[in-house]
Amino acid sequence: MSESMLDVSGVWKSFEGHPVLRGLDLTIGHHQAVVLIGASGSGKSTLLRCINGLVMVDAGRIVLDGELDITSFDTDMDAARRRIGIVFQSYNLFPHMSVLDNVALAPRKVLGRSKAESIDAARALLARFGLEAKADEYPDRLSGGQAQRVAIVRALAMEPELMLFDEITSALDPLLVGEVLEAVRELKESGLTLLMATHEMGFAREVADKVCFLKDGIVLEQGTPEVIFSAPQREETREFLARVLG
Amino acid sequence: MNAPTPGTEVAYVDPQRRALVRQRARRNALIGMGSLIGFVVVISVIVSQTPGWPVVQETFFNGEEFVQTFPGLLDAFMLNVRIFLIAEPLILIVGLLVALARTLKSPIFLPLRVLATLYVDIFRGIPTILVIFLLGFGVPALRLAGFPNGAIFWGTTALVLSYGAYVAEVFRAGIGSVHPSQQMAARSLGLSTWQTNRFVVLPQAVRNVVPPLLNDFISLQKDTALVAVLGPIEVLRQAQIDTSSSFNYTPYVGAALIFIALTIPMSRFADWVQERSARRRRAGGGV
Repeated sequence: MSESMLDVSGVWKSFEGHPVLRGLDLTIGHHQAVVLIGASGSGKSTLLRCINGLVMVDAGRIVLDGELDITSFDTDMDAARRRIGIVFQSYNLFPHMSVLDNVALAPRKVLGRSKAESIDAARALLARFGLEAKADEYPDRLSGGQAQRVAIVRALAMEPELMLFDEITSALDPLLVGEVLEAVRELKESGLTLLMATHEMGFAREVADKVCFLKDGIVLEQGTPEVIFSAPQREETREFLARVLG
Repeated sequence: MNAPTPGTEVAYVDPQRRALVRQRARRNALIGMGSLIGFVVVISVIVSQTPGWPVVQETFFNGEEFVQTFPGLLDAFMLNVRIFLIAEPLILIVGLLVALARTLKSPIFLPLRVLATLYVDIFRGIPTILVIFLLGFGVPALRLAGFPNGAIFWGTTALVLSYGAYVAEVFRAGIGSVHPSQQMAARSLGLSTWQTNRFVVLPQAVRNVVPPLLNDFISLQKDTALVAVLGPIEVLRQAQIDTSSSFNYTPYVGAALIFIALTIPMSRFADWVQERSARRRRAGGGV
């Protein structure tokens, strides 16, 4: 086991000449929960997509558990993605499948589990997040909070080593944010390594081991939640926090 | 009449308003009926007043001629049904395979992609009747070993090739209609490109294109008559034979009625499917 779960070093990424990441460095330790904060366009989503290999970096390296270089052209990205789960802002559940099949599909097709095994595991996971009653529903019958919890369960069913959350509560009715954050809190307590982009500052303060403030495509300031939220060193961090905390 | 207490858990509609709504619906139905009947009467009077009407009635709507030729037409129509039933599944297979070939991204598949694109470009560009002529008269002349030389075989093949190109484009549009975030979600779970297509993209794509596909099927039902140019005695050919022996065009009207009898139920079914999928999409919302 290497010292860190994920090492991001000097990652650059631009879209049609517009720079989004500009040599970003970030390290996540095993079982750590790291929260990314920053204004829209600061590069949070792009960073998460680079880590999952959904977007190719222009320069730099991203190494998982000290051994798997996600940015290498020789890496089997399908294999890499098995080890890294991601949950999106807009759930992206498969609308033509029941909740149960949404969760059981990848373990069956990618990990080669038997149908019975994958279904049993999916039911157990759904039950763990209070969704057992929804197993046979289709996604269009779910509330936003339920849909997002199913998306978390779906990613979790692949037993990833690292989970990425891309502003998973931003599309939700404020009344439904709590149940989704509760699910993330439970993952944190179970010891999974998490990287989360969020605007929920209260939640970041509560669960994060480390908070990173992104601005203009780099981590401008990082530290424990106490330091970042109570005694930020950089003027930009103070300004951002003053704006979002009102 | 007293309304229930506000806040109680009942659905309440004011009975007076309900009566008014009913009354209005009845009135609208009556107006619609009256207008339709008036329209039909006016058109009938105008047509029957035209100087040529007695002759047209005799040559196109001759009851005796109709009764005599209709059973023969129905018999001949069975060939159209057979051509349709054989062509339809083949068209679906060709269309789906070609659409899939056009979505392949790996460089090794470049020849497949080029072939698929060429096929669609060529067969969409040539009128179906011309494809039938070229295949039906041209290929048998090659004396290919192992291929049947029958007109029905080559006529059906021509229909499959011509419609396959259209249906491939319908499928391709369907694949494009599945939001890219679905692919992203599938890939993020470790599914391969092929698995993503097979389990996530295609099932949604096919569902989205059922209404336009049904539309193409209706069109195919009619175009089975084009095979007549090669000689097989299907319904249009039979009608032609009948008319040339009696100099009466009623068999054409009979043939038209047979086609309509088959396409109208299919059209209503297509409408129903379209309505249903539109309703689902509205209910589906932000998944």
